[in-house]
Amino acid sequence: MKQIKVLGPGCPKCKTTYNNVLEALKQTGIHAEVTKIEDIEEMMKYNVLTTPVLMIDDVAKVKGRIADINEIKQLLLQ
Amino acid sequence: MFNWFQYFADWLIYSVFGISAQSHWGEALNFFVFDTLKIFLLLFFITTIMGIVNSYFPVDKIRNFLSLNKMYGLEYLFASSFGVITPFCSCSSVPLFIGFVKGGIPLGITFTYLITAPLVNEVAIAIFAAAFGFKVTALYVGTGIVLGILGGFVLGKLKLEKYLSSWVQNLIVNAQTEDQLHAENHTLKQRFPSILKEAFQIVKGVSIYIVIGIGIGGAMHGFLPTGFFEHYINKGQWYAVPLAVILGVPMYSNAAGVIPVVQVLVAKGVPLGTAIAFMMGVIGLSLPEAMLLKKVMSAKLIAIYFGTIAFFMILSGYLFNMIL
Repeated sequence: MKQIKVLGPGCPKCKTTYNNVLEALKQTGIHAEVTKIEDIEEMMKYNVLTTPVLMIDDVAKVKGRIADINEIKQLLLQ
Repeated sequence: MFNWFQYFADWLIYSVFGISAQSHWGEALNFFVFDTLKIFLLLFFITTIMGIVNSYFPVDKIRNFLSLNKMYGLEYLFASSFGVITPFCSCSSVPLFIGFVKGGIPLGITFTYLITAPLVNEVAIAIFAAAFGFKVTALYVGTGIVLGILGGFVLGKLKLEKYLSSWVQNLIVNAQTEDQLHAENHTLKQRFPSILKEAFQIVKGVSIYIVIGIGIGGAMHGFLPTGFFEHYINKGQWYAVPLAVILGVPMYSNAAGVIPVVQVLVAKGVPLGTAIAFMMGVIGLSLPEAMLLKKVMSAKLIAIYFGTIAFFMILSGYLFNMIL
């Protein structure tokens, strides 16, 4: 099962990314474990500089911007 | 370059709608159409250009560059200039701050970057250029860079490390200069669609504020007489500039909408230096950012940080009022 993480301190952009992930999973029917990381100390373990960050299986795929639904679907199907 | 928009606005309002150019409504609507077209074109153009520049200098690379190179003070200039080309969202300020500090970048230089990044951003540049022309925009960008350097330098000299949260202080002790560079190797051609999409998203995000701002600006342009504000706000009042900066701080989210209004304020008699100081307060200092920074520094340090920046903004306001 894929592990998806959305990192961000709870700003609107991070929430949009998180919702897009859920929607992309629903549309593709893929099951994945989705975690939202909002705690700053926890976030810094992943060495991020800009938020939101979308990580799939511990690889940062999208940094510093909102990932849209189609983009996430493509990343999931890779 | 913008004459075409003026012809179009004249044609649309005076010929198609048949509203007289001498009437209040004619002036207001003409201003609205002309300014909307001009601002949106420039905004899209500049966000795209900045997107391209930024794709060559992503923030990770900048961090590594500043972390690896010690340049006898020149790094302040670099940090400040880098702040101009990177897009900035106040929700990124904390991870950025930590990331810089963790990379062994001195506090002063980190502050320099944190001052310039929001103050001189693509949206502000575009709307400034549309509202005040390229000369005033260049002056604003230049001032923003100098302000970042001076502010960061002063803050660096104040030895403020003790006011950071304890876990951040531990990070400084264990700071390591970064050496690995996991670059994404995409050509510009591959990246261009996402740059355009990003630019479009930025424009879309601020468009509502811009339209409201131009609406208010247009109404003032059409209905208020020239020199209306000269009576209330002029260069003679010493308190106007500090007041302008302070009033600007809580208006952050509407930065895009505030500039078109201020453009009309200036046209109707508000001194340009006071107006620039106000806009710097709006764009460069934000309360949401202060709230976020509480996670990494004490309230005292936030106050010192904001106070120093505000001081230099007020200073530049006075300076512009003297020379412009």
